[in-house]
Amino acid sequence: MHNFDFVKPGTVADAAAALQGDEAQPLGGGQTLIPTMKQRLAAPETLVSLIGIAEMQGVCKTDAGELSIGGATTHATVEAEAASLFPGLAGLAGRIGDPAVRNRGTIGGSLANNDPAACYPAAALATGATIRTDKREIAADDYFQGMFTTALDEGEIIVEVRMPIPEKSNYQKFLQPASRFALTGVFVAKYADGVRVAVTGASEEGVFRWTEAEQALGSNFAADAISGLSVSADGMINDLHGTPEYRAHLVKVLTGRAVMAAA
Amino acid sequence: MTLCINGADYPMPNDPRTTLLDHMREKLNLTGTKKGCDHGQCGACTVLVDGKRVLSCLQLAQTVRGDVTTIEGLSKNDTLHPMQAAFLEHDAYQCGFCTPGQIMSAVACVSEGHAGSDAEIADWMSGNLCRCAAYPQIRAAIASVAQAEAEG
Repeated sequence: MHNFDFVKPGTVADAAAALQGDEAQPLGGGQTLIPTMKQRLAAPETLVSLIGIAEMQGVCKTDAGELSIGGATTHATVEAEAASLFPGLAGLAGRIGDPAVRNRGTIGGSLANNDPAACYPAAALATGATIRTDKREIAADDYFQGMFTTALDEGEIIVEVRMPIPEKSNYQKFLQPASRFALTGVFVAKYADGVRVAVTGASEEGVFRWTEAEQALGSNFAADAISGLSVSADGMINDLHGTPEYRAHLVKVLTGRAVMAAA
Repeated sequence: MTLCINGADYPMPNDPRTTLLDHMREKLNLTGTKKGCDHGQCGACTVLVDGKRVLSCLQLAQTVRGDVTTIEGLSKNDTLHPMQAAFLEHDAYQCGFCTPGQIMSAVACVSEGHAGSDAEIADWMSGNLCRCAAYPQIRAAIASVAQAEAEG
């Protein structure tokens, strides 16, 4: 990889200052960025490590009934600390990649990268999460802007992710067994005032909400409530692992399974 | 700043690009940890940091906090770690290149309590690839250690 200046700040303010320069980039757990740099597909002049920032670590419940997750919190920590508060999210975190990836990879890194087959974007969109950065708060509905594209500015840091805790939720992932990314994944979240359904791994535009299913499940939270719906294959990902039609089919199947498994 | 590996202190590399894996192999003469893909996909470079598995090829050495354990740190004098002995007993390798990473991951798999069934072991060892496909023997070795520990 190309050389860089390495900065390891202890506070968000220091990290933000270090990211002011040209070609500066934040580093979370490095499970995506380090291999990308080794391939010279990324070559930041300054790399700012976020993992030593105490205020970006950990999981807690807010007074408003939201789950607050520090941006530098690893998947393994979310799996452990969200287990009783938000089992649907803990279940998602515990099936990302493999154990070594989960011990290093962070929620902020995943959401900032916005891989079209990543798991966390589905949870963030299905819960209507708030992405708090060092500059502002961004609603999940405004945050995801297509494959590997988000509302983040250059050098902007995800400090915290706040997710309203659903009454019931579940994430169903159809595993691509080699990469362990989602061939398709569906997160269903049931709230007192409605249901949200977010799909990852399927669309060429990245994570999206399946609004027809949300309406059907809002009036009847049962798997057969979506039996009459169909998902268009238009714009679905086509690769050697699955056709657009296959992924469209998976969206409906996995949504039904998530509703049945919701807890 | 120093690196604590297998109970001994080593100097940190000056170049921030240096991964924990390259530093150990190229500078510290700790060549037991293997470089397979160097991209975090194969698990051959798995080591433990404070008992948790990490991919040493994806960790910049300067970001390591905690005690590192590698394959060289498992045995006590001439006595193999029970997982090393189990891999021998079950013939859990062919070419042996992935074996240090498999064993480090296997030690964590048992200590985490994720070795309760064959399927659970397979799931929690999914990050460690074996191109010789010794997976059944690897799972058997792990199960035998977990069972021996459970029986005290």
